[in-house]
Amino acid sequence: MSHATLSGKRPGGLRGATLPKWFPWAVAVGATAAGLGISAAAGLQSSIQWALIAAVLFIVGSYAVSARVEGRRQAKDRTATSMVWVAFLLAVIPLASLVWETVQRGVKVLDTYFLTRSMGVVADSEPGGGIYHALLGTLEQVGLATLMAVPVGVLTAIYLVEYGRGNLARAVTFFVDVMTGIPSIVAGLFVLSLWIVILKMGYSGFAGSLALAILMIPVIVRSTEEMLKLVPNELREASLALGVPKWRTILKVVVPTAIGGITTGVMLAIARITGETAPVLLLVWGTNFINANPFSDPQASLPMYIYLQYSNSGGEGPGYDRAWAAALTLILFIMILNLVARGIARWKAPKSGR
Amino acid sequence: MDITTQNPTAPPAPQPGRTEDGRAARGTTRPGDRIFLGLSRGSGILVLVIMAAIAVFLTYRAVLAIGKDEANFFTTFEWNPSGVPPQFGIAVLAFGTVVSSIIAMAIAVPIAVGIALFLTHYAPRRLSGPIAYVIDLLAAVPSIVYGLWGALVLVPQLDGLYGWLDDYLGWTGVFAWNGGAPRSLFTVGILLALMILPIITNVSREVFRQVPQMHEEAALALGATRWEVIRMAVLPFARSGVISASMLGLGRALGETMAVAMVLSSSFDIQATLLDPGGGTFAQNIASKFNEASEMGRDALIASGLVLFVITLLVNGAARLIIARRKEYSGANA
Amino acid sequence: MAKRIDVSGLNAYYGSFLAIEDISMTVEPRSVTAFIGPSGCGKSTFLRTLNRMHEVTSGGRVEGKVMLGDENLYGAGIDPVAVRREVGMVFQRPNPFPTMSVYDNVAAGLKLNGSYKKAQLDDIVEKSLRGANLWNEVKDRLNKPGSGLSGGQQQRLCIARAIAVEPNVLLMDEPCSALDPISTLAIEDLIGELKERFTIVIVTHNMQQAARVSDRTAFFNLAAVGQPGKLIEIDDTERIFSNPSVQATEDYISGRFG
Repeated sequence: MSHATLSGKRPGGLRGATLPKWFPWAVAVGATAAGLGISAAAGLQSSIQWALIAAVLFIVGSYAVSARVEGRRQAKDRTATSMVWVAFLLAVIPLASLVWETVQRGVKVLDTYFLTRSMGVVADSEPGGGIYHALLGTLEQVGLATLMAVPVGVLTAIYLVEYGRGNLARAVTFFVDVMTGIPSIVAGLFVLSLWIVILKMGYSGFAGSLALAILMIPVIVRSTEEMLKLVPNELREASLALGVPKWRTILKVVVPTAIGGITTGVMLAIARITGETAPVLLLVWGTNFINANPFSDPQASLPMYIYLQYSNSGGEGPGYDRAWAAALTLILFIMILNLVARGIARWKAPKSGR
Repeated sequence: MDITTQNPTAPPAPQPGRTEDGRAARGTTRPGDRIFLGLSRGSGILVLVIMAAIAVFLTYRAVLAIGKDEANFFTTFEWNPSGVPPQFGIAVLAFGTVVSSIIAMAIAVPIAVGIALFLTHYAPRRLSGPIAYVIDLLAAVPSIVYGLWGALVLVPQLDGLYGWLDDYLGWTGVFAWNGGAPRSLFTVGILLALMILPIITNVSREVFRQVPQMHEEAALALGATRWEVIRMAVLPFARSGVISASMLGLGRALGETMAVAMVLSSSFDIQATLLDPGGGTFAQNIASKFNEASEMGRDALIASGLVLFVITLLVNGAARLIIARRKEYSGANA
Repeated sequence: MAKRIDVSGLNAYYGSFLAIEDISMTVEPRSVTAFIGPSGCGKSTFLRTLNRMHEVTSGGRVEGKVMLGDENLYGAGIDPVAVRREVGMVFQRPNPFPTMSVYDNVAAGLKLNGSYKKAQLDDIVEKSLRGANLWNEVKDRLNKPGSGLSGGQQQRLCIARAIAVEPNVLLMDEPCSALDPISTLAIEDLIGELKERFTIVIVTHNMQQAARVSDRTAFFNLAAVGQPGKLIEIDDTERIFSNPSVQATEDYISGRFG
């Protein structure tokens, strides 16, 4: 009985009217053309506007056609597909623009002169000058932060993986997670309140690296933990069964096996903190001169240099050019670190049992 | 690695391994083991100490500042800590932070979920790998660069969009625009959305990938279209994961400093509309006011930073708890 | 409702790897056909070509013809979604939707295919659950999550979900391999009842099970690992188990390999 009602509802067997494969592309092209046309006709300037018009036309258009030809279920499926593609494009366009603009505007003044001069005798409104002092500062601050964060981070991860059970380990795990989410400016404020306000130590590159280390530790703990977990237990047991003490097993067997991944994690952490601006702004203070000593007096740093060139130049001009060139330098540095880190990860990946 | 030759004299171990809880190690008397355990446990404790210290010192300075505040710290629309008497409050900052983050989430979450679905269920495999890689790299772009791009590239593009919003949605009041430079909380929201897209996308992608194949096949075998498979089998399973991914993104948006400071044309009041320049956020206010702050001003900024700290702590903690609960529920490997 | 399946010259690939080669067979309507053979011989792959699930796995590709009644499932203009609606499937591990109740699980397929009145849905859900011999066990907990049932109950829930949409064919991929003997027996009894209404194809590792439930049995084998699986022979179950025409079948059945 319900067979009858069911088969009554059944649309014509296995064959559905299906739109050809090129259909979405045709609609996309049509929508883009219409978007551009409407914008040109209405005299709209902004590319955001025509892109939004085209996106809406694309989604509505493919739904309408598909609903007529293929039915409502297929139309919904197509709409979902269109929206997912539109979401993807909506995100890609600005992100591509970000990369494109940085490269295009950055190459204007980026040369060896720029990399090897400071801003010491150049006013913010004049052309010339460079980022040497900032580069030096960033390298020193990041280097110090790495020296502090790596031992703490790696040892904490070893504790969590090799020894950790019980309440202490659970608390550490939880707070490492929470620490990952600390806004960088809060880390900066903490060092400010302790190191500079209470201990009266004065602004310096080292103060900045303290904050950077705080931001770095949780990242290193997380990635090292993941890598240590990948080391097969059989290796540990084999070593322990030979009578090797646990600490030597960890240092001679476990860590060397995971060293590729740990290195990758450290490099990614370095890449992340190199771009941190807020804590540096609070703690390093900034200068236009070369200060090679991170332990006393203000230093410069690359991200802060970008900010200062942007905010002090007050309009188009040499300041903006320098800001873009510094941004390009910073991105290149970070990208190279990322690529090398990933290369190491692939090259030295531990052969896990799974 | 040849362990035996490095340790020719090591005595046969009385089964210390297997137990991973350190109790076995504590039982042994080897100084090396004790020192090493001490060092690594010490590092773990140091992490806890740092977290505690952050809370304690921020609170200490904040209490000093709020004690001297002649106005209500939570409701005052003013930031004048060096004045006589000092008067400052976080109402404007709380409003700006919350509003810009809500806008960012409203834009970023649907798009990020869309991209994650695109990568796991729609894109051809040859495409999805490289795209995922590029998104990873974009997550590494520093916020200062987003800020520079936002201020010099995005803002000039927004006049047209603002005009539209004013024309068609201006009647709501919220989207009215009086023609100022588009350096408003709304622009901040758009930029923040872009910045948190990669992290939400990455976490959501992982979550979607973990949906057991068998649930998707069950839906397929019932004659579901691809979208119906996602509705029936993928989204319900992934919901809590997507929520926690969004909250991680929210944590980022709340604490973002430089990009906001560079894009927003700040003022210490609350605008009736989202599109007019003005307002501020906790982090932006700290960065912008810090340079000219007196000691009292610094403490006041620290007090506002403490509020930000607590908020992000709650948001991130909640996100992590959701993830942890999910792991237990799905029975994933411990 | 049940329809005949006619397969001819069917090859299935994973990327460039040929997993099963040149399979031709006929599956009779209203009967149970069992696929047996050693692991990796492609019997599950073949099963999944019968409702176009094979192409869902990445790189999955099929050549050849599968006639369901008088339609070629791989013909031009055939909608794979519609195919899967006509050819239901039950999987190795019970896979009720974990976030749905018992009731919603059974109704899931129906809700995809148009709107039903509440009373109509109630009817079909009850009928399907009765059809799967599950009604008496779950009628008081229809709104509890389906994942709360025992393994055997979950598998019968999956069967109820599959038959609720009244398919022509029911494919079962080792439906009892994750179940205890009692639940297995319940499923086997159920298969005996369901063949009155559906064409059933079942993949099984358990030769007693094939002998118990099926009318016809197909034996698959592969020459060596890395070689494509092939259909060795298909015949009445009785003949396969008493007097097969190929030596390899006898060797496999008598436990000499596999």
